Amino acid sequence: MNAPPNVIEFRKVTKRFGDVAAVADNDLAVKAGEFLSILGPSGCGKTTSLRMMAGFEQPTEGEVFIRGENVTGVPAYRRPVNMVFQHYALFPHLSVADNVSYGLRQRNPKPSKAQIDRAVDEALAMVRLSGYGKRRSYELSGGQQQRVALARALINRPAVLLLDEPLAALDRKLRRDMQIELQNLQRDVGITFLLVTHDQEEALSMSDRVCVMREGRIVQTGSPRELYDQPVNRYVADFVGKTNFFAGPSQAEVLSVRPEQIEIAASLTHLPEGLAARLPVKVLNRIFLGEHTEYVVASEQLGAFMVMAPRKSERDAGIYDIGDMIAAGWRAEAERILPNN
Amino acid sequence: MRGSRPGMMNLSMASTSRPKLVTTLLLLPAGLFFVFLLLVPLAVVLIFSFGERAPAGGYMPAFTLQNYMDLPARGKAFFNTLTLAPLGTLLTALFAFPMAYFLAVKVSPKWRVTLLILVMAPFWTSQLLRYYAWMMILGNKGIPGWLAMVGLDVRIINTPWAVLIGAVYGFLPLMVPPIYVSLEKLDKRLLEASADLGATPARTFWQVTLPLALPGVATGSMLVFILLMGDYILPQFLGGGKVFFIGNALVDLFLQSRNWPFGAAVSVALVAIMFVTIYVYMRFVLSKTDTRRAALV
Repeated sequence: MNAPPNVIEFRKVTKRFGDVAAVADNDLAVKAGEFLSILGPSGCGKTTSLRMMAGFEQPTEGEVFIRGENVTGVPAYRRPVNMVFQHYALFPHLSVADNVSYGLRQRNPKPSKAQIDRAVDEALAMVRLSGYGKRRSYELSGGQQQRVALARALINRPAVLLLDEPLAALDRKLRRDMQIELQNLQRDVGITFLLVTHDQEEALSMSDRVCVMREGRIVQTGSPRELYDQPVNRYVADFVGKTNFFAGPSQAEVLSVRPEQIEIAASLTHLPEGLAARLPVKVLNRIFLGEHTEYVVASEQLGAFMVMAPRKSERDAGIYDIGDMIAAGWRAEAERILPNN
Repeated sequence: MRGSRPGMMNLSMASTSRPKLVTTLLLLPAGLFFVFLLLVPLAVVLIFSFGERAPAGGYMPAFTLQNYMDLPARGKAFFNTLTLAPLGTLLTALFAFPMAYFLAVKVSPKWRVTLLILVMAPFWTSQLLRYYAWMMILGNKGIPGWLAMVGLDVRIINTPWAVLIGAVYGFLPLMVPPIYVSLEKLDKRLLEASADLGATPARTFWQVTLPLALPGVATGSMLVFILLMGDYILPQFLGGGKVFFIGNALVDLFLQSRNWPFGAAVSVALVAIMFVTIYVYMRFVLSKTDTRRAALV
């Protein structure tokens, strides 16, 4: 059986700006048809990686392949990829339709006007902006501009759609809607999406695979679930989801327990059987979040840690108050010993 | 926005009368200046243009259209002005654009200010002095003199070419800054977006850079065009009386032959032509670019 071919591949790619290596010795492979996110804090090299795929930057060392072809040194305008920019970068002097058709009009030979018009109508319909063609981009809301930017890129049927923090400028509610819309869009058009983000929730909820970067290097690549359940080190565990760290068996290791895997009860005797850890704790803080409650509790041995309690477990005992003395514990499977880096 | 906050509203309502007074006082000098040094003189010129020349020169009240009928007598001046001023403006823009582009896009910010100052530097010396210098450079002992040594017979001074060279030289410092400003605030990500969508650098220039820089080009062109239309020193020095502008005709009519009514008619014609040209031009540029609103984005 053949593995799906890589649409984009980095081979030992390094990018230095002066003395600083923004991307260091990077081997990255984007599979055909997948939704891959590069996740990391600002300055981790994720945007530089994206810009090297688009052709805005060229690697200092290493090679970039698109659809198996070595494109190292090939300028952006000759690469079969398109980008959705962080602030959309729509052309202010052009109408929405002219923005969307921009890519088609650069082709040689140029498609006929009828072909272009039809493609623009289709692209606008795809992002639910039919009838907006004559408007100017600055007359649209942020979410609409976002969708124009998507249509402008997707109309070219790129090998990969590159998305540079595309949702960062939207408000929370709109961001959720766009996440779903992006996922649906990706499934419908069947184009490979590569998203760069610092928002772990965004990366986890939308992607087939997530690639966590740190200081120019890839730390771990895997499905959202793999990253959450089997993080390779403290950094990934901390960045992907919430977790508690306790002293590990050695200096180089740390013990991680996810807050939703910790159980709490009114007293030690109320805790279920078969737990690896059972601790009397004091409630320090409580945040009610609707479907669950987030507690910060402290034990004498381990210090403060976080517990996520679903409503169900509270039904009998009710919500604990700050200052209450209660008990917390977890199963052996909840414990994960990770390299402390 | 700030004024709509409830706390601010009371404050601004209580003090509406005072800002009004302040506004009036602030606008008064400019208003007086505008009325007494522009509108009134313009009205006087308009009235004079229907009068007759007094026997000893000057103005004599009358009502005649003769001065306007006589305008063709200065046809050469009108022709020179109306060809060389637009041409000079165009040439200046063509020279200024690459300079402004270089300053705004290519030069490192460290050097920008220095280079911009150098562009403006010619303004620090007298205009007369600079045109004298060009008289020497373009005169028989200047460049044509050297060309003569290799057997080329070229005459530049006192030709339209000399006036055009002088126009480009003299007005470049006025054309570069507005173009620079519009190129400088041009979002570089738009250029990346264009490249990303498959446009070659040349096509990106024509489709994105130039349209978005057009407001600057329009502003600079207006400045240069208006000044060139009324100029008389430049044609006097580099045109040497052979290539004369309306400005030279006016100097002659008002100061030499003292035919004020005819001079007034020529002035009125000049103002009318300028007004129409600028109106048409601005309409065209604004419709082409829709830039005023685009600039807000």
